[in-house]
Amino acid sequence: MTNSFADFMKAKMILVIGSNMTEAHPVAATFVKDAAIGGAELIVVDPRRTDLVDFAKMHVPLKVGSDVALINSVMNVLIEENLYDKTYVENCTVGFGELREKVLEYPPERAAEITGVSADTIRALARRLASVKPAMLMYTLGITEHICGVNNVMSCANLQMLLGNVGFECGGVNPLRGQNNVQGACDMGALPNVFPGYQRVDNADARAKFAKAWNVASLPDKPGMMMPTMMENLTKGKVKAFYVFGENLANTEPDIHHVEHCLQSAEFLVCQDIFPTETTRFAHVILPAAAWSENDGTFTSSERRVNRVRTASVAPGQAKPNWWIFKEIARRMGHAWTSSSAREIWDNEVSVLAPSMAGIKYRRLEGDGIQWPAPNEEHCGTPTLHRDGKFTCGLGVLKPIDWIPPAEVPDEEYPLVLSTGRRLYHYHTRTQTGRSPGINDLLGEETADISAADARKLGVADGEMVLVKSRRGKVKVRARVTHQVPEGLVWMAFHFREACANWLTNPVYDPITQTAEYKACAVRIDRLT
Amino acid sequence: MSQTFILNGKETPFTPGQMILDAARNGGVEIPTLCYLKGAAPTGACRICCVEVKGARSLMAACSTPVTAGMEVTTNSELVHRARKMNVEFLLASGRHNCLMCEANGQCKLQDLSYFYKITKLQFREKDEKDIYPTEDQNPFIVRDFSRCILCGRCVQACNEVMVNRAISQGYRGAESKIVTGGDSPYNESECVFCGQCVDVCPVGALTEKKAKGLGRPWETQKIRTTCPYCGVGCQQLLHVKDGKIVKVTAVEGAQPNQGRLCVKGRFAYDFIYSDERLNTPLIRQKNGEFREASWDEALDLVASKFKQIIASDGPDAIAGVSCARSINEDSYQMQKLFRAVIGTNNIDHCART
Ligand code: SF4
Ligand code: SF4
Ligand code: SF4
Ligand code: FES
Repeated sequence: MTNSFADFMKAKMILVIGSNMTEAHPVAATFVKDAAIGGAELIVVDPRRTDLVDFAKMHVPLKVGSDVALINSVMNVLIEENLYDKTYVENCTVGFGELREKVLEYPPERAAEITGVSADTIRALARRLASVKPAMLMYTLGITEHICGVNNVMSCANLQMLLGNVGFECGGVNPLRGQNNVQGACDMGALPNVFPGYQRVDNADARAKFAKAWNVASLPDKPGMMMPTMMENLTKGKVKAFYVFGENLANTEPDIHHVEHCLQSAEFLVCQDIFPTETTRFAHVILPAAAWSENDGTFTSSERRVNRVRTASVAPGQAKPNWWIFKEIARRMGHAWTSSSAREIWDNEVSVLAPSMAGIKYRRLEGDGIQWPAPNEEHCGTPTLHRDGKFTCGLGVLKPIDWIPPAEVPDEEYPLVLSTGRRLYHYHTRTQTGRSPGINDLLGEETADISAADARKLGVADGEMVLVKSRRGKVKVRARVTHQVPEGLVWMAFHFREACANWLTNPVYDPITQTAEYKACAVRIDRLT
Repeated sequence: MSQTFILNGKETPFTPGQMILDAARNGGVEIPTLCYLKGAAPTGACRICCVEVKGARSLMAACSTPVTAGMEVTTNSELVHRARKMNVEFLLASGRHNCLMCEANGQCKLQDLSYFYKITKLQFREKDEKDIYPTEDQNPFIVRDFSRCILCGRCVQACNEVMVNRAISQGYRGAESKIVTGGDSPYNESECVFCGQCVDVCPVGALTEKKAKGLGRPWETQKIRTTCPYCGVGCQQLLHVKDGKIVKVTAVEGAQPNQGRLCVKGRFAYDFIYSDERLNTPLIRQKNGEFREASWDEALDLVASKFKQIIASDGPDAIAGVSCARSINEDSYQMQKLFRAVIGTNNIDHCART
């Protein structure tokens, strides 16, 4: 996030797009609700009538996967009606001319056809957004989990720059990260193209610096594979050994049949986890790890805040901290690493090697943590990025972007759109929440959420078991008729193995990030009898 | 310039709009409260915070009376203490406050006040057993013991004004008053989303955690601050630990980013770590497909030798790995270091996009 959670409650205008915050980030949602009750304007852009809509001045129920068209059209109105922030655009950004040309192709009437949102509503949305400054934009996976995820993200950034909202408290572009430490895993360089602190592996200086620190002669300069490519290459024999740390890929990745085929193909699969999972079934070696609260460390939250995690109990049996396991493998491969605690790893390596985190040391993390960048030990962290529109890399770039439809759209055979996500009570594949007594009592099975209109058409009653089918698979699941879902949409989560949405989802990816299109594929619903 | 008022005979500054409670606190005088909930509109329900204000006809509630310049406030007079004590005596008789059997023993505001006022026996007739609503604990997490509810309304404020879940409200009237969900149904059949914030703010033992029952008294547990393992908000938690086991989780008050709030996962989904299904020894797959237990040395030697062999035959890029977006930073750092510096490939990723 460019901004902080502390801004949520103070914001005057909030645009939530593709984020079902009350279920996926419940505490963040409380601040948004507080703001709305206190008089802030809340606009919710989402195909579903999510709980936040109850607090919103405006709900824009766009069609799944039409975000770029909608945002382009909003920008079209902002430009046509002279509602954008000219000074900001002139002083802080480049690329306005190209953006303008592109969005002029998206008058509200055209966008209305793509998005299913009326031209009037699009105009009203643009005017409302421009009426309060700054406006704070928040998004989640509804934006990123598309083949055009990167374009969606850039569109959000375009909009906020055009409105002059980036670089101010209660403004900015704010992705709420799904997992507790997905921000941190990126920051630490668990990505194929960057070292810790986003230093690129194809940069010779960066390589030299890390090679020296890690005491090796050289480091690979070619960016590696992203996860979907790794899996694909398992079947082709190009990847022989696969090391899966803590991920339950067999449930979380799209098209489970195919994923399991990939895992099955590994010549040597190492799984390091705290529980046996659907994925560990394919392992050749399983390494038992210490879990949350069984060792010290840090997580980095969505707001770039590095927070301490502390030990409360001992790991069961012989389970060991993950960092220790990696260190031991390195030792057996001829590398003697010196750091022997999470604290030593952070203080002596991470913060030394990643300039944006240089000022963060364990002794400074006793209280509320520190938001990077914190370049030195006197620096108290950065709640708002790009202060006053001064972008870290010079000027903010406005990028012209075209809308493209999802890879698979409904047709006669599969007439419904399936969109997926998570629900309040469970987390991902339930390896944790499913084993926390009580949670299953609150949500014990998956449902296929459908509209009353579709239920009527299909002759399906609320609570009836149905078959949801896609080109990749089928699941038997209970139908749940709800006003939250519009006609034409089926909504499911991936918490339960048997009725996991990922038997159905489409393994197609954003070309840049290789994020899968979990939010859109075509399905049909059949009655069982 | 800040204005002043007279607090227990001493000139004390205050800021306009400030309530007596806060102004007094700034002036170093603590006034007891029961119903007052920071961040919510004061209700003046419990009257425990009563103070004398010169010129006023009756005692005033400090939590909901704004200070005015020159106001003369007395917080510790005989009159004030008598009124507070009587208030406590009423509350003690309003239900069944048998601390011995109460989960809140040791962290109960009513108990503290009774102790402060040296109350040793009930002054009023206890409410009839048949007039007390039965305990409701159909749900897995929260026990609602109405015999201990003093109707302070903090839970209602936390649910409506702080978390904005709008699940509970003040129901019925007079002697029949009760905190109810919509339709007075059990929590698990209501709008309740089990954030547990109502439990957190209940000043007595009326709302308590089911899972924590009997596992440790407040003075026996060590409080360890940590970060929630679920979503990317990064809520700050206090783990209540007894004998090396987490017995309860509460929010760190006033900490960023959650400011004392948690959701159902952060508050109640902590005990997966104690599941018997945990992996507790390295496992190696045998020829017949079954796993057998192995020592760390054997398992790690196998991994290292397999990796070396594959590097020799197919090159380092034939090895790939995904790190964990749930685990600590230091683990991801080590894993990418293993891949880059030891194996010699950039084939390291994680589910960065989910
Ligand atoms: S648990 Fe949360 S939602 Fe339920 S009644 Fe209490 S405060 Fe309200
Ligand atoms: S349940 Fe607790 S917080 Fe709610 S009114 Fe009763 S005593 Fe107060
Ligand atoms: S308590 Fe809930 S909102 Fe807070 S970090 Fe945990 S899962 Fe997220
Ligand atoms: S605390 Fe003031 S009336 Fe209850």
